[in-house]
Amino acid sequence: MTAAQFLETISELPGISGHEGPVAARIREAWAPLVDEIRTDPLGNVIALKAGEGPKPRPRVMIATHMDEIGFMVLSIEQGGFLRVAPVGGIDVRNVLAHRVRVLGRRELVGYLGMLPPHLTTDEEMTRPVPMKDLFVDVGLPEERVRALVEPGDLVVREQRAVQLLGGRMAGKAFDNRASCAAAYHALQELARRRHQVDVVVVATVQEEVGLRGAVTSAFGVAPDVGIAVDVGFARQPGVEKDRSAEPGGGPAIALGPNIHPQVYRFLVEQAQREDVPYQVEPVPGRTGTDAWALQVARSGVATGLLSVPLRYMHSTVETVDVKDIEATGRLLAAALAAMEPEWVRGLSR
Amino acid sequence: MKEIFRRLSEAMGPAGAEEGVRKVLEEELEGVVDRLETDALGNLYAIREPEGEGGLTVLLDAHMDEIGLVVTYVEEEGFLRVAPIGGVSPQVALGQRVRFLGGAEGVVAADHLDDPKELAMKHLLVDIGAASREEALARVQIGEAGVFVRPVVEAGEHRLIAKAADNRAGCAVLVEVLKGLKASPHRVVAVFAVQEEVGLRGAGPAAYRVDPDLAIAIDVTLTGDTPEAPKMAVELGKGPAIKAMDRSVIAHPAVRRLLAETARDAGIPYQMEVLTRGGTDAGAIHLSREGVPTGAVSIPCRYVHTPSEMVDLRDMAGARDLLVALLQRPITL
Amino acid sequence: MTTAAQEPLWTPTKGQEALITRLRQLSELDGVSGGEGPVREWLRAQIEAQPPKGPFTVETDPMGNLLVRVGEDRPGPRVMVAAHMDEVGLMITAIEDDGLLRFRPVGGIDPRILPAQVVRIGQGRVPGVVGGKPIHLQTPEERKKAYRVEELYIDIGARSRSEAEGAVQLGEYATFDTPFQVLGEGLVMGKALDDRAGCLILLELLQEEWPVPFLAAFTVQEEVGLRGAQVAAYRLNPDVALVLETTSCADLPGVPPAKQVTRLGAGPALTFRDRTSIADPQLVRLLIQEAEAAGLPWQWKHGTAGGNDAGAIQTQRGGVRVASLSLPCRYLHQPGNVLSVRDLEHGLELARRGLHAWARELSNGGDRR
Repeated sequence: MTAAQFLETISELPGISGHEGPVAARIREAWAPLVDEIRTDPLGNVIALKAGEGPKPRPRVMIATHMDEIGFMVLSIEQGGFLRVAPVGGIDVRNVLAHRVRVLGRRELVGYLGMLPPHLTTDEEMTRPVPMKDLFVDVGLPEERVRALVEPGDLVVREQRAVQLLGGRMAGKAFDNRASCAAAYHALQELARRRHQVDVVVVATVQEEVGLRGAVTSAFGVAPDVGIAVDVGFARQPGVEKDRSAEPGGGPAIALGPNIHPQVYRFLVEQAQREDVPYQVEPVPGRTGTDAWALQVARSGVATGLLSVPLRYMHSTVETVDVKDIEATGRLLAAALAAMEPEWVRGLSR
Repeated sequence: MKEIFRRLSEAMGPAGAEEGVRKVLEEELEGVVDRLETDALGNLYAIREPEGEGGLTVLLDAHMDEIGLVVTYVEEEGFLRVAPIGGVSPQVALGQRVRFLGGAEGVVAADHLDDPKELAMKHLLVDIGAASREEALARVQIGEAGVFVRPVVEAGEHRLIAKAADNRAGCAVLVEVLKGLKASPHRVVAVFAVQEEVGLRGAGPAAYRVDPDLAIAIDVTLTGDTPEAPKMAVELGKGPAIKAMDRSVIAHPAVRRLLAETARDAGIPYQMEVLTRGGTDAGAIHLSREGVPTGAVSIPCRYVHTPSEMVDLRDMAGARDLLVALLQRPITL
Repeated sequence: MTTAAQEPLWTPTKGQEALITRLRQLSELDGVSGGEGPVREWLRAQIEAQPPKGPFTVETDPMGNLLVRVGEDRPGPRVMVAAHMDEVGLMITAIEDDGLLRFRPVGGIDPRILPAQVVRIGQGRVPGVVGGKPIHLQTPEERKKAYRVEELYIDIGARSRSEAEGAVQLGEYATFDTPFQVLGEGLVMGKALDDRAGCLILLELLQEEWPVPFLAAFTVQEEVGLRGAQVAAYRLNPDVALVLETTSCADLPGVPPAKQVTRLGAGPALTFRDRTSIADPQLVRLLIQEAEAAGLPWQWKHGTAGGNDAGAIQTQRGGVRVASLSLPCRYLHQPGNVLSVRDLEHGLELARRGLHAWARELSNGGDRR
């Protein structure tokens, strides 16, 4: 299975923050044959260990790719059987109107995020996004049947199959951050053909979208010496500043800044150059808003790096990536892990 | 339940100065549990060792602190300037009686404003009847915390109006759980946590210390059953609410399922809660160490963060019964 | 929480199944106003495969209307029945240097529904996505504003103008790439049910034996100003006309009953007047009589907003008596139109009975003498 095929599969599975079960199971299944041990921790992080060949005790390098996605939870059931919903994670209401959803109630229901017709909308309202409180889901059932099948707290997943665009680009939901899960998969495939000294712990983390929560606990559990988060980053598109975005198709963006250990940054750049992997440099002056932010301060501190797969239209159902960037990110990860010497890792905290 | 709740509600426990509440709890729980401990931050642990083998360590949490005011400055004329402790709204505070930890009592007043809509915390004054700064400082100190003063009143047959029902309702439920629990295969550690109202600060260290297999926070939640209330399915008197999500936590699916199953098996009416504002100690607990499967049982409460919070005894009794039923059964996650 | 392999939520009857199958096919055809070709070809093939009873002709007029005349030599009023083939959509209006496509809506589309939709463009059905700025990078001011069409674009994955031009031409149409689905209990959801549902009813009516000249018009360009119906009515020169449509249905949360226009599942809606036409009272009365006699549910279209082909038909040549029969449809002009299969069945039945009543009662040719 290619990284793109894997992405397509996991993109369409539900995995709203805190309820990553279905996507976690699929990721675990795909990663398991490529690693030595795999487990799921109390919050649902999938933690895979691929032991290195160096002498014990071996340094541990943790790769974190979050697998959760934004979505909704049922807040209440309205007269007429319509559902009101609460956001889970950073939903932009403008990106969900007139979109389809799946309501994971006692059974799965097709739903539609409807809008009022124009005769009930003022000109002024047309210029503003619909407020979250006015959103509703239509499941096409009479109220009593809705009440029998759905209760507050049930999940509402955005529905979008993956779409193939021109030139190996793809669009779909939850590419943030399943694209990185696919990159990690690609890295594990590459790593199966290469030797490495350090212990590699690849973690598909939970609950990133609601506050990096899975990274907090998995980093505590794994207690790594080096942590590399892989997430999606903003790709160039109209209206997005050049200095806050990376070129789609230009390879992974390697971050640097206070969240990043300078030597880890340099090491990643060197490996990209040595193995001829395209890359870009992404300076981030503070909070990276990724699992790297939590990794860095786990226990007594972790030397942290961050790779970003350029992605357009973040937090929409048409997040767009270039498959070449996913593969390049995987290649760079594999190259870096293969090149990492235990002595170099120990030197990071000297 | 009513009497324990009354004692707890009327005790003083602004965040960071929970001694008054802790003392009441210690009196209630002496002899009820195997051991009482207090940690560096003031969290109270009521520990009940298991009967038999194979159980889990279950952490139950209820925060004991409440919102209030703290003296920041004393004006020449003897009026106190105050800052909020936790989520205090100036509109709600105006006109309330306040009692400070040292015993001084006063009324919340404000600078004169041409437009009352502009009222902000900085306009508030507490008048303790002092005629000068010296007189005031003889009775209160800078940094002294105070809480609103209100006796508990009964509103009809089942409902109580009280200050600090957030979260003495949860504390009362926990006391009743510990008293009502017969045999449990689990090691039960009830944590009465400090400083929830200022950012879930007590519960995190408590969870680290207990290192539980499973945690359940008991706190109040908002309701959607008053006219023009924001959409929310929770109603007063319809039973304890099992939390699906709030701003601080997404309940662990297995714990949420376990609570709902237990309630159904025991015939306890319950509701599902999705709270879009506010968080609970569960938020801090579930991120402890390598993560703790955590859920929450909430007591529906109207008018939260006012001195007249309303709870329903039936919801509290339901929460107690649910937790007792849960702790008496074997649990696998 | 969700378990697989369950009873279906709803099981359609055989007849409903057949209607749903054909409606699915119609919904998934692309036919933005001015580009109705695929819909017209499909309809024509259906008609040729299952010809009407009696002598008939099929023609496509210069605007693209598909006109079927059955038994034109028969006595009695010339009865025209119209349904529009076109749907709202987008037109590609510019190709940027970076390979992104600019577009404008064709027909009335609320721009707030456009971000993050998947569309397909032109005959090649090239997939594209409607992009917008990530919420993370928006200023608080930007977050308070809805997107304007000028701020949106379609991304087909092209990296340059030349790559884009290899796949898409200026002026090509884009339609929503929304699969047709059965929704809940007895509902269907899909794009362009406005007015493919009307087309389906008209197609079914063509299988009926009519004692009078029956003039079917599958019209173009309704969504941009009732333009196809105008010339179709001139050409067909009817005495009376029935327009088969969908109409607004706002039985949605927070909408007071007086503003709901119609309610889903409460039967086809009859119009007394709207923005473009006043329905002929006798024609409407006959429709109501037939509905009541047959026990068919029906409802008024409450309010006078909106318009349809009846407006253009009414004023052709010496004037035409018109009425409309509309299916309530939630979320018109969006990717997910929702309508009730029962309403569709009842609409078909009422149209059938009503048109026979017209043929019977208007033997003088339809003039109001």
